[in-house]
Amino acid sequence: MIARRLFSSDRRIAVTIATLLAAAVIVPVLNLAVPADSVFHMPSYVVALVGKYLCYALLALALDLVWGYCGILSLGHGAFFALGGYAMGMYLMRQIGPRGVYSHPTLPDFMVFLNWKELPFTWWGFSSFPYAMLMVGLVPGILAFVFGWFAFRSRVTGVYLSIITQALTYALMLAFFRNDMGFGGNNGLTDFKDILGFNIQSQTTRAVLFSLSVLALMAGYLVARAIVTSKAGKILIAVRDAEARTRFLGYRVENYKLFVWTVSAVMAGIAGALYVPQVGIINPSEFSPANSIETIVWVAVGGRGTLVGAALGAGVVNFAKSWFTGAFPQGWLFALGGLFVFVTLFLPKGIVGTFTEWWRTRAAKREPPASAAAEQPAQ
Amino acid sequence: MQFVRKLVLAVIVVCASLPSLARADDAGLRATLARVATARNFQETEAVVRDLAATGEPAVERILSALADGNLYIRKSGQGVFIGKEDGQTIALADPVAGAAAGTAAKGDLTKVKVNNALRRTIRDAMGGLTLGSDDPAARLSAAGIMLKRPDIAALPALDAAIARETDAKVKAALAQARAATVLVSDLGEAEKLAAIGVLSNRGDSDALAQLTAFRAASTGVLAETAARSVQHIESSMAAWQVAQNVWYGISLGSVLLLAAIGLAITFGVMGVINMAHGEMVMLGAYTTFVVQQAIRAFAPDLFDWSLAFALPAAFLVAGGVGLAIERGMIRFLYGRPLETLLATWGVSLILQQAVRTIFGPTNQEVGAPSWMAGAFQLGQLTITWSRLWIVLFCLAVFLVLVFVMKRTSWGLRMRAVTQNRRMAASMGIRTPWVDAFTFALGSGIAGIAGVALSQIDNVSPNFGQGYIIDSFMVVVFGGVGNLWGTFIGAMTLGVLNKFLEPYAGAVLGKILVLVLIILFIQKRPRGLFALKGRAVEA
Repeated sequence: MIARRLFSSDRRIAVTIATLLAAAVIVPVLNLAVPADSVFHMPSYVVALVGKYLCYALLALALDLVWGYCGILSLGHGAFFALGGYAMGMYLMRQIGPRGVYSHPTLPDFMVFLNWKELPFTWWGFSSFPYAMLMVGLVPGILAFVFGWFAFRSRVTGVYLSIITQALTYALMLAFFRNDMGFGGNNGLTDFKDILGFNIQSQTTRAVLFSLSVLALMAGYLVARAIVTSKAGKILIAVRDAEARTRFLGYRVENYKLFVWTVSAVMAGIAGALYVPQVGIINPSEFSPANSIETIVWVAVGGRGTLVGAALGAGVVNFAKSWFTGAFPQGWLFALGGLFVFVTLFLPKGIVGTFTEWWRTRAAKREPPASAAAEQPAQ
Repeated sequence: MQFVRKLVLAVIVVCASLPSLARADDAGLRATLARVATARNFQETEAVVRDLAATGEPAVERILSALADGNLYIRKSGQGVFIGKEDGQTIALADPVAGAAAGTAAKGDLTKVKVNNALRRTIRDAMGGLTLGSDDPAARLSAAGIMLKRPDIAALPALDAAIARETDAKVKAALAQARAATVLVSDLGEAEKLAAIGVLSNRGDSDALAQLTAFRAASTGVLAETAARSVQHIESSMAAWQVAQNVWYGISLGSVLLLAAIGLAITFGVMGVINMAHGEMVMLGAYTTFVVQQAIRAFAPDLFDWSLAFALPAAFLVAGGVGLAIERGMIRFLYGRPLETLLATWGVSLILQQAVRTIFGPTNQEVGAPSWMAGAFQLGQLTITWSRLWIVLFCLAVFLVLVFVMKRTSWGLRMRAVTQNRRMAASMGIRTPWVDAFTFALGSGIAGIAGVALSQIDNVSPNFGQGYIIDSFMVVVFGGVGNLWGTFIGAMTLGVLNKFLEPYAGAVLGKILVLVLIILFIQKRPRGLFALKGRAVEA
């Protein structure tokens, strides 16, 4: 029943799933099986780059779920992303074992350097992969739950909520910069060797991580899709468009918000966990408020409240960033800043939203309108 | 033996302070000084220093200070100690006793008399006794300070003589305190010591505390009790000064926060525009100061002390103009969509940052301080730097002018009318678009003049504004949007809170705690300390 609704309701979803599945198979094959001198060979650096974009896309998807469908503009989603990344990074650090620079049997290098004698309790259990994976979801999830529990119950909304989420990620950034926290201070966690016994540098591991990122993005998309098309999703949209009215109609607004907020944080955490082994480092600058704001522009460019658009926006903006920083290093901030201004002024619905609108008006000319789906955010 | 030596020293220090009474022959001094050349280690040099100080000749001060600065030389070829002044490859020599020039010598012909830290300390102590007779009150004051820290029984007569002779009240008090510390280590009677405890107790700083604590440990009976009471008294008064100091630092930080936030209190608070480019307005103000100073340095260096006075209106116009352009070109299309304003202004902030980086380069620019902002003064046990004091005063002035504009001028009245009920204000004939534009320009201009002040205490770089934007938002949200007094109270509270947390938690953890407290506070009062009430709330 659910599956039928998922696959029949919209052609867009089928196209998205098919594209992602194809990417998950074709890219590793082009990278591993096709000889390096062939035109169709995909170099490893491209695989790593696109893998990074996929993690960003999952983060953007998570943000679109709360911003596009529930009206919560989080200026601190980077915090959940970074926490997931740190959980993964801690597992990878423990896998280094005695191969560190100081050859200590258990302690990571930076702890030996700080003259610590034993692992702090925060690191207990991180040598186990299942535990680390549990933490990837649990730490951002619990933080989001507690934060949301207080904030939504006190009816902190709009700008105020945005600003305290920014305070949250800023406070976490300052905290993780401290050496005493035991998470590597400003150097963060790096020099990873293995993941589950496989060499993290090897081409095959990287290809597998790429496929996993694609699958995670697909799973995230399906979950988000299931949420927004469910009955609860309708209420989320109602909250976005008229929160007070929804409350007066008898819905417990804060519970719906808390649910979608926590799910979104867990998705961001998973994105972070996939990001870290592919880029090979996690440090406190991932918490910086500017990163979280950049995530917002991905969603805005792609199209707020469209899910596919968020993922697409992450890809487009990051591709532009990679190209710009190579071609005109001076120009990137001008371009990014200009993009923010341009999108908010002239493209308020983003690429996907604008395209959908154009498609609908074209269809409406040929036949009378059937129903106005409440998919676009109200202005 | 020790006692005899000290007695001799004491007598001689007295002689030093009364040069007319005694005039030891130069030959004796030269003989003593010559031993420097034969000294084999630092201990022997130290003995020479003590003996030199014991001669009490005025010339000794010159010799010792030259020695401490590493300017005392020995001629390799033959006997002879000189005060030298390096001049390229040669050294200009001066006779150490008479002070007259004594030709020059090549560097290779001379050996420098080496000093280490222990020796420097000995020299300083010896100079302390010698400078009691100096003509410069500041030198006498510092001599008294040194003698308080390192009381020497032998110096008591010299101190008495100096007190009798002293005319400057401040120096006299310091000398009396030094004498009291000396009395405590002497073998004088109980009454004298009790009086000395009283004198030190009144001084009430850490130096006095150290002397009294040492004395309490060494004495018994009534003296020990009195000393213990005094120690307690000093400790509590020092704790009070510590609190006062934290409050001052807190006010100082609070006024920096207020300066940074006050423009935002207008754009965000009154107009409801989330201006993420606010920090860049502050940065533009700072860069305007830099440009104005460069221009003054180039064309009218005499006016440098007035550079900030020229920079203030310039910064107001530059930042206000940019703000006006942003409002007319962008924000007016986005009213009623606060979250989108946030994104667009963030984009503007990136562009402004990169523009400044392209024009001026990514490195810090040096903004000079006018002479009247340099230095510090002492208030009780507080050290207050002039730059901080001026910033606090400037911040208060800006705040009061702004309050006056908002509450007492017709323009302020229009601004408030538009804030409270836009449609009604428009019906009354107020041109709301122009009020919006000029309110935004005013907020930006205030941010610009904040940049002039903040350029004096922070590094001026393209990231200058980024450091203030988050703090400014915290202040405005904490104080309550739409309320200037709320912003004032919010800034001061956060500043003082930060400085009180710092000693216990450290600077970074203190800041984290403040952020967490703000997050919790917003839960309790979702609209800040002084929330707007009535219909304006939902607008």
